[in-house]
Amino acid sequence: MSAFWSAWVTIITLAVIFGCTWLLLQTRKSEPYKEETEKTVGHEFDGIAEYDNPLPKWWFQMFMATIVFGLVYLALYPGLGNWKGLLGWTSTNQWEEEMAHADEVYKPVFAKYAVLSVEDLQKPENVAGLKMGQRMFANNCSVCHGTAATGAHGFPNLTDNDWLYGGAPATIKQTLLHGRQGAMPAWGAVLGEEGVRDVASYVQTLSGQESDPESTARGKTQFQALCTACHGVDGKGMQALGAPNLTDTTWLYGGTFEQITHTIRSGRNGVMPAQKNLLSEDKIQLIAAYVYSLSNK
Amino acid sequence: MSTAIEHPTYNYKVVRQFAIMTVIWGIVGMTVGVFIAAQLVWPALNFDTAWLSFGRIRPLHTNAVIFAFGGSALFATSYYVVQRTCQTRLFSDGLAAFTFWGWQTVILLAAITLPMGLTSSKEYAELEWPIDILLAVVWICYAIVFLGTVKNRKTSHIYVGNWFYMAFIITVAVLHIVNSAVIPVTMWKSYSVYPGAVDAMVQWWYGHNAVGFFLTAGFLGMMYYFVPKQAERPIYSYRLSIVHFWALIATYMWAGGHHLHYSALPDWTQSVAMVMSLILLAPSWGGMINGMMTLSGAWHKLRTDPILRFLVVSLSFYGMSTFEGPMMAIKTVNALSHNTDWTVGHVHAGALGWVAMITIGATYHMIPKLFGKTQMWSVALINTHFWLATVGTVLYICAMWVNGILQGLMWRAVNEDGTLTYSFVEALEASHPGYFVRWLGGLFLLTGMFLMAFNTWQTVRKDSKAPVADAAAQVA
Repeated sequence: MSAFWSAWVTIITLAVIFGCTWLLLQTRKSEPYKEETEKTVGHEFDGIAEYDNPLPKWWFQMFMATIVFGLVYLALYPGLGNWKGLLGWTSTNQWEEEMAHADEVYKPVFAKYAVLSVEDLQKPENVAGLKMGQRMFANNCSVCHGTAATGAHGFPNLTDNDWLYGGAPATIKQTLLHGRQGAMPAWGAVLGEEGVRDVASYVQTLSGQESDPESTARGKTQFQALCTACHGVDGKGMQALGAPNLTDTTWLYGGTFEQITHTIRSGRNGVMPAQKNLLSEDKIQLIAAYVYSLSNK
Repeated sequence: MSTAIEHPTYNYKVVRQFAIMTVIWGIVGMTVGVFIAAQLVWPALNFDTAWLSFGRIRPLHTNAVIFAFGGSALFATSYYVVQRTCQTRLFSDGLAAFTFWGWQTVILLAAITLPMGLTSSKEYAELEWPIDILLAVVWICYAIVFLGTVKNRKTSHIYVGNWFYMAFIITVAVLHIVNSAVIPVTMWKSYSVYPGAVDAMVQWWYGHNAVGFFLTAGFLGMMYYFVPKQAERPIYSYRLSIVHFWALIATYMWAGGHHLHYSALPDWTQSVAMVMSLILLAPSWGGMINGMMTLSGAWHKLRTDPILRFLVVSLSFYGMSTFEGPMMAIKTVNALSHNTDWTVGHVHAGALGWVAMITIGATYHMIPKLFGKTQMWSVALINTHFWLATVGTVLYICAMWVNGILQGLMWRAVNEDGTLTYSFVEALEASHPGYFVRWLGGLFLLTGMFLMAFNTWQTVRKDSKAPVADAAAQVA
């Protein structure tokens, strides 16, 4: 801050502290009675009088002790404007020291497992590494995917063998490091409401659900024109694009007629955030191994 | 409905109105509190209804207990005390009546807009700008009535209780106006004029002084009248009251930054806030000592007078929570307590133990006098209320201590590999028993408030059986 504001902060901070001190000492000095007294100061308000008792000694000493502590603290730590404090402490350097310490202590623990492949980490002798992956999953991933990794509406279940982008170790790691951006376009404007319902009818039949044959027939034509580029001619999806398989009974956003029409009409935009700037690669390796273990028991 | 009497000099009408609303808003605010406490035990109680969800109802609870219940109590007692200790009528009956109806309108608007989700999102300052403007106008009228009455006083000095009321009224006006500075976008949406960290600092300068001036200085004003009056003893030390008054108002102003420890707030601001919070311990205890020691020579009255019990226990909770506060403002302690239920417990040690208890005591003292009775309809019922309130408060704060320390320790626990031992939800599950005990404590307090309402009704209604004060006592 500028010299003016620094001086401003310093002066009013000290003025309050020394003002309290002055008031305390001045009041002590002017006390006419040093012990408890039955004398009042003379005024009376609605029958209430006030004794002229001295400040309790222990209270006075406690007050002075907090003032001394405060002044010492403000000498040692930043507080009075631009004064940096005798200890040179800042919250930033405290954080840096703690991080450096953590790196020193924990890096070797992770490095031991990071050299192993995801497949090797599944071996019984590396169970401790997998456990570390599970803990990091609980703290970083469970908000969306659940503590048991079984997912939620809009967030994939990681314990089955149904993968949007693929379940090979390298693919899982890719997903964790760089994130994924699912993009199902909104077709409402292109198809119109009836078209949306036709395509939804057809999509229902892909996974063996019953629906109106006429609507399904119309929907099939539309599907083949608009949807096969991503979901494939047979509707089995395409992992390179993260386009889901529509022929099974696993639904990310629900498989009822209403839910399917909503997805077709308005589109969906699923986001898996990239972790590479949040977690070290060593840690991501262990989380990948844990996620891999969930569907490869 | 009432047996109200007209005092020849004083305006008791507005005092009666605020006193009755204190009881009513106490029940409303605490009912909402018990309901949201129950939601934390049984989450299904939000009934999947937006306006019944915790996020919408919690500000309704805080506004109802602080500003409706606490506010009405402060209006009632300050108007009562200032007239009696200045020996003069309120400065303006018209303005006083406006403050009553204006204040009730603000509360009503809050009760409508907050469940609708209309909020500035600033804690304890959630009301949107049109209501904020009405609130500011009412408050300025309050200041005019109070300061005008003090100016017209028939006594040579200004009584200490009135210093505290004046500090509370003037400071709350400043706090409210500065923190509520916004740019309106629509009728019910506005944005703060302050950016980022500055906005946070202004908010907590306001927030902590809402505690310091609304919930402390104002209620110390109440304490300085009702404790010596009920105990029929002189104030312990005039000198102590001077020192702790000035030290309290000077240091409270600086303490708000401790809500933002370990945040983007500059280091120097955090240090100064911590130091001032610690220095605040002695000025706070000055008020407790002056109240407690006023009872010396009158301790035996505690055996028979449940009103005095309310007042004394409120001072004990005040002393306890103003010791706890400075400790929690120390950065190393705050690192454990911040964001845990400990904070919630600390606030309620003050809000239930101190603010509610002294309000209840003062109201029990005042109501018979306002309605021409010698005492409340049932003293035994006051005693039952006392025990319900005390046990409820103890249950509440103990549950929150246990939960808070449990959460703080679980959040910081790390495994040998540096990963966190517990996920957030595990700490939440561990808190469940504490939430149940907290709800139970709240239920005790609420039950007590219903007894108070019943006792009040029996005292003030037309064919009340409460003993009538003789004519001389009525106007005294």
